[in-house]
Amino acid sequence: MTHRLLGLGLLAVVLALLPLGLPNNFYLDMAILAGLNAIVCVGLNLLVGFAGQVSLGHAGFFGIGAYATAVLVSTHKWPALLALAAGALLSAVIAFAVARPILRLKGHYLAMATLGIGIIISIVLRTETRITGGPDGMIVDPLNVFGFEVYGERVWYWVVAGLLLVTVWLALNLIDSPVGRALRALHGSEVAAETLGVDTARFKAMVFVLSAVFASVAGSLFAHYAGLITPAKADFLKSVELVTMVVFGGMASTFGAVVGAAILTVLPQLLTVFQDYQHMMLGLILMLTMVFMPKGLLPTLAGLVQARTSLGGRR
Amino acid sequence: MSALHRHRTDALPEEPPASAPRAAAPLLRVEGLSREFGGVLAVADLSFTIAAGTVHSIIGPNGAGKTTLFNLITGVYRPSGGRVLFDGRDVTGMAPYRLAALGLSRTFQNLQIFMNMTAVENVMVGRHRHLDTRLLPALLRLPSLVRRDHAAADRAAELMRAVGLERYVGTDAASMPYGALKRLEIARALAAEPKLLLLDEPAAGLNATEKKEIGAVIRRIADTGITVVLVEHDMKMVMGLSDHILALNYGRKLAEGRPEEVARDPDVVAAYLGSHG
Ligand SMILES: Nc1ncnc2c1ncn2[C@@H]1O[C@H](COP(=O)(O)OP(=O)(O)OP(=O)(O)O)[C@@H](O)[C@H]1O
Ligand SMILES: [Mg+2]
Repeated sequence: MTHRLLGLGLLAVVLALLPLGLPNNFYLDMAILAGLNAIVCVGLNLLVGFAGQVSLGHAGFFGIGAYATAVLVSTHKWPALLALAAGALLSAVIAFAVARPILRLKGHYLAMATLGIGIIISIVLRTETRITGGPDGMIVDPLNVFGFEVYGERVWYWVVAGLLLVTVWLALNLIDSPVGRALRALHGSEVAAETLGVDTARFKAMVFVLSAVFASVAGSLFAHYAGLITPAKADFLKSVELVTMVVFGGMASTFGAVVGAAILTVLPQLLTVFQDYQHMMLGLILMLTMVFMPKGLLPTLAGLVQARTSLGGRR
Repeated sequence: MSALHRHRTDALPEEPPASAPRAAAPLLRVEGLSREFGGVLAVADLSFTIAAGTVHSIIGPNGAGKTTLFNLITGVYRPSGGRVLFDGRDVTGMAPYRLAALGLSRTFQNLQIFMNMTAVENVMVGRHRHLDTRLLPALLRLPSLVRRDHAAADRAAELMRAVGLERYVGTDAASMPYGALKRLEIARALAAEPKLLLLDEPAAGLNATEKKEIGAVIRRIADTGITVVLVEHDMKMVMGLSDHILALNYGRKLAEGRPEEVARDPDVVAAYLGSHG
C-alpha cells in the first residue's frame, strides 16, 4: 500500500522537476504529447495488461473525444468541459454497446473485432465531411475553463501532468480493489473467476468502457492543445501505436504504461530514422519486446534490480 | 482449524445424529442429467442426491465423467438433458457466477490458479461476492471499501493458515510449489463461504505426507458443516473420509451407497480392475 503511494509520489516528483530540464518549448511539446498518450495507455493497460483483453481500436475512442470537442466547442460553441464530458459519455455508450458481443470473443477474434470498431469510427470521421471536415480535419478552439484560457506549452504541461497523476492514482486504486482483483482473476483463469462469483462479462464491459473514457478525455484535450484534429489520430496505426506503448512499457504495470508511452512518443521525434519508418519501427519494437522482453521494459528492469539486490544480500 | 470453525459456527444448524433420516431435504439433487460430446455421452441419465452435512465421494475410472459432472453442476457446461436442483431451486443451466452466489464452490483437477496474483489475492477473489464490487468506490478508494478489503485480506490470510499455507501469504502464486497451489485452491473456494464444496482430485500428484495433510484439511472442512463432494482416485482417502460414495463408469451410475458397500460391489471391482489391468 505504501509501495503504491511511493510510485505515485515518485512520478509526481519527476513530473514536477521535468520542466527544469527541458531547454525549450520543443521539448515541452513532446512531454505534453507523451503525457496525453500516457493517459490513454494507463487506461488501455487496465484492459490489456490487467484484464488480458486485446483492443486494436482504442484510437477510435481517442478520436471520438477529439471530434466531440472539435464539433461541440468550435462549431456549436459549447463550454469545453461540457464537450469533453459529452465526448466521454458518447465513447462510454459506444464502448458499452459493443462490449458484450465482442468481449465474448477471445484472442485473434477479439483483436479483429476491436480493429473493426476502430476502423468504423475512423471511416465515419473521414467521410462525414459536413460535420468533421473529412480528411482535412478541423480547427479546434483553445481550451477555455470557466473563462480561464489554457495557452502556451508551459500551462498545458501542468494541466496534462496533473491529469496524468490523477489517472495513475485512479488506476492504482482500481487495481488494488475487488474490481481490480476480479479483472486480474478473469485474466488468470476465466472459469475459476466465474465459479468464484465474478460476473466476467460485466467486468470486461466495465473495464472496456473505462479505458474508452480515458482515451476519449485525452482525445478531447489533445484536440484543444493541437488546435487541429484529423482522422489520422483515430485510425488503426494510432491504435497499434498505443498497444505497442503498453506492451513495450510493461503489461500489467501502470508505471510501465507511462514509461512506454513516454519513450515511444519521444523517440520518433528525436530520431529521424524512426520518423521516416515509424510504422516499421513500431512493428519491430513490438516484435522484439514480445520475443526478448515479454513482460515489458519496467517489469523486466524491476526484475533485474531485484535479482541483483537479492544476490548482493546473499553474498 | 480454529479459523474454519469460527467462520461457520454461526451458520451451523443443529446436526442431526448420524442415524437420523436425511431424506427430507437434500442439498443437491441431480435428475436424469446428461451431457454429450460429439455423439458420446460423457454423463448419461444420471440421478442422485447429496444430503447436507455429508462427505460424498464420486469415484470411477479415467474418463468416467466425474469432471464433466462437476462442470454441469457448477454451470461451466450446459447439460444436454436433465435437471440440477441446489438447495431446493432448479439451477439447471444457470451461470457459474450466479451459482457461486447461491453457495456453490469448487476446485479444479487441472489447477486454475490466478498466476498473475499473489497467493492471498487469489483467496481474496474468493471473497468477491461478499465485497463492494462497484467501479466508482474502487476508483476513488472510498474508506468503506478499504475497510472491507482489509477485513477480506485478514480473512483470506486466516483461511490460508487453516489449510497450512501461512508462509505463502504474500508470495506470488506463480512461484509456489504444486502441492501448495492445490491447497490454495481449497482456501480460495472456502473464502466464498460455500454451502457445497466440490473438490476435483485434491490429492492428485501429492506425496503420501501431503495426501494425509489434505485429508485432514478436508475432514476439518466437513466438520464445520460444509457439505463436501469429493472426486478422488486415492481410495484410502475416499474410504477414510466419505459418508457416501457414488461410483460412475462411462457416465452412468455403477453403484452407490456406504463406503463398505460400494467397495465390495462386483461391478465397481470389475471396472477398477478393468481400467488398471
Ligand atoms: N470439453 C470436452 N469436449 C469433448 N469431450 C470431453 C470434454 N470434456 C470431457 N470430455 C469427454 O468426456 C468423457 C468424460 O471426461 P471427464 O473429464 O469428465 O472424466 P473424469 O471422470 O473426470 O476422468 P479423470 O479421472 O481422468 O479426470 C471423456 O471421454 C472425455 O474425453
Ligand atoms: Mg476428471
